[in-house]
Amino acid sequence: MTPLLDNFFNTAILAQYWPSILGGFWLTVEVALLTIAVGVLTGLVLAIVRAMRWKPADVAITVFVDIFRTLPQLVVIVFLYFGLPYAGIQLSPFAATVAALGAVLAAFATEIFWSAIQAVPQGQWDAARSLGLGFLRVLFLVILPQAIRIAVPLLTNRAIAITKGTALGTAVALPELLGRAQSAMAIAANPSPLTLAAALYLLFFVPLVVASRWLEGLGPRRH
Amino acid sequence: MEALQLFLDNFADWDSLVRIWPLLWQGLQLTVLLSVVTLPVAVAVGLLIAILYSFHHKALNIALLIWIDLFRSFPVLVLLILIFYGLPFLGITLPSFAACVLALTLNNSGYYGEIFRAGIESIPPGQREAARALGLHPLQVIFLVILPQAIARVLAPLASNSLELVKTTSIAALVALPELLRSARVAQEQTYNPTPLTASAVIFFVLLWPFARWVARLERDMIMRQK
Repeated sequence: MTPLLDNFFNTAILAQYWPSILGGFWLTVEVALLTIAVGVLTGLVLAIVRAMRWKPADVAITVFVDIFRTLPQLVVIVFLYFGLPYAGIQLSPFAATVAALGAVLAAFATEIFWSAIQAVPQGQWDAARSLGLGFLRVLFLVILPQAIRIAVPLLTNRAIAITKGTALGTAVALPELLGRAQSAMAIAANPSPLTLAAALYLLFFVPLVVASRWLEGLGPRRH
Repeated sequence: MEALQLFLDNFADWDSLVRIWPLLWQGLQLTVLLSVVTLPVAVAVGLLIAILYSFHHKALNIALLIWIDLFRSFPVLVLLILIFYGLPFLGITLPSFAACVLALTLNNSGYYGEIFRAGIESIPPGQREAARALGLHPLQVIFLVILPQAIARVLAPLASNSLELVKTTSIAALVALPELLRSARVAQEQTYNPTPLTASAVIFFVLLWPFARWVARLERDMIMRQK
């Protein structure tokens, strides 16, 4: 037991690196929340634009969605951080990570919102229009409230899965939780900081995963 | 036009592409190998979890749900770093390929486990009772009666998760496994040119795009069925 405790739960080392790792945890939370805000809002806006059925916008959105739901998150992060400087655009690790994860989540969110909008029966549009409501009013007052309810369980799962990608920021030297833990581990020659980081990740994500399981249970039954 | 030429020279430079192609080709082969090894193992472990769950043994099911939620909550890169850099402190050193297979399998066992579990649980219990009453062995009931229906119901998340698994193999780059992304990074540093990065992104896109389209259609159909 002693090697296990000394190596993975070494209290002296944990105490020494706790402030640094806690700082990394807050950065992870910040990146995660920002990614969700950017991704979900962009996705909603793009889905609304798509609902207006304007061909050029439709094509552009389809290209965006297909690119970012197909490419691995890490490839996008690495490209933004290491590739764009050749075009004269130097993003900070923070900006590159949020932009990459935000774009990926936006692509999935656009798909989900758009499918959900289409899942609202056509009769709802017709009825609301015949009551004299304009296109935007129908969309915002009648269609979207129903569509968002359909979208929530899928969107929650996707948002959690992509938010876990914040750890990928470590690839571009973002000093988030995993990055801090790894450098602490290298300096201390002991993996206890990594155990601590793992525990903090679980602390953050287990409630979200359990909540999403509960949310799914509220959704429409499929049998 | 000048800007376009500058862009092409930088991001799509044919000469550097020809020069670094052997490196990228090796990387691509490793990416494919990693996916082909991991995918069936992860599916099998997930299926095992779901089948065990279907026997509805109370204590076992609590343990299985904890396993599923634990690995669904754990960022796969953190798991990989823990396995690759942490385990050696206990005297267990895995080569980077094995570490990647293990991390991806554990992580995806949670996802596949939950997907198969949800599928199996959605089949009405009458099916199982009827099959048992006809004299089928419990394993025959699972494999011949329940699973074919369950898999049809969860095809969309199953396909989606498999696509995500293949995409996630790129994290192997961070433990120095020279798969496609890692090879592209090495090549980029050798050529002082981002063309290898563009090339790796294009390769990933071309190979995965048809599959991504198919997954998108399955998911859309699933949402539409909720009408």
